[in-house]
Amino acid sequence: MSDEMMEGGAVKKFCYVNRKAPYGTIYALESLEVVLIGAAFEQDVSLVFIDDGVYQLTKGQDTADIGMKNFSPTYRALEMYDVEKLYVDKEALEARGLSEEDLLVDVQVMSREEIAGLMEEQDVVLTF
Amino acid sequence: MKFTIQVNEGPYTHQASDSAYKFCEAALAKGHEIFRVFFYHDGVNNATRLTTPPQDDRNIVNRWSDLAAKHNLDLVVCVAAAQRRGIADEDEAKRNGKDANNIAPGFRISGLGQLIEGGIQSDRLVVFGD
Repeated sequence: MSDEMMEGGAVKKFCYVNRKAPYGTIYALESLEVVLIGAAFEQDVSLVFIDDGVYQLTKGQDTADIGMKNFSPTYRALEMYDVEKLYVDKEALEARGLSEEDLLVDVQVMSREEIAGLMEEQDVVLTF
Repeated sequence: MKFTIQVNEGPYTHQASDSAYKFCEAALAKGHEIFRVFFYHDGVNNATRLTTPPQDDRNIVNRWSDLAAKHNLDLVVCVAAAQRRGIADEDEAKRNGKDANNIAPGFRISGLGQLIEGGIQSDRLVVFGD
């Protein structure tokens, strides 16, 4: 994208790829922090959940016994930040015995080929 | 080409910081521009000047500082990630009531917006991490 286009207020396609379980490492939580801050920049944002990243969106997360904050309600607030494009890898869900009904937000379930195509269209891909 | 680099892992435990450094060196040698290097997650630990590796090993922190000085690089440490992990400059230490700071020369602490801006302003954002 040229500088001229940027000055004209062109919007870039930002894709956040979430690959890790919500707890065990901090990647998921700190990824969500980037998404929330990034929302202020009014770019074209997509979130993709693959591998253990699909667990980030599961209903009924209970972190009481591990002494960490359950941040999963934040995913439901993404809509208020105009972050509405959430894509989940179908194979990753199935491999973990999960379905769309187990998730706490509306998502679009996609095949790996479709997700690859989506990533191909992006200007910026941030992986967590 | 204009690059922003994101470093997601701490020094020594993980190769990400070494790879990012080598990438920057190679890109600069080829005449490319590094718009910004953004340190996130445990990557903020690349910015402590208290790092003291054995003498026969590379000093990853000093290496970043030296590269920044030589090429006028913008090395940015995420403030939220830094606060969690005890990386502070003078202002941050004062603001949070700490008795010391530890930021290495050439690094500055700022917000996540700097990462997003890097993505917007650069031709490529390259992530080094796990």
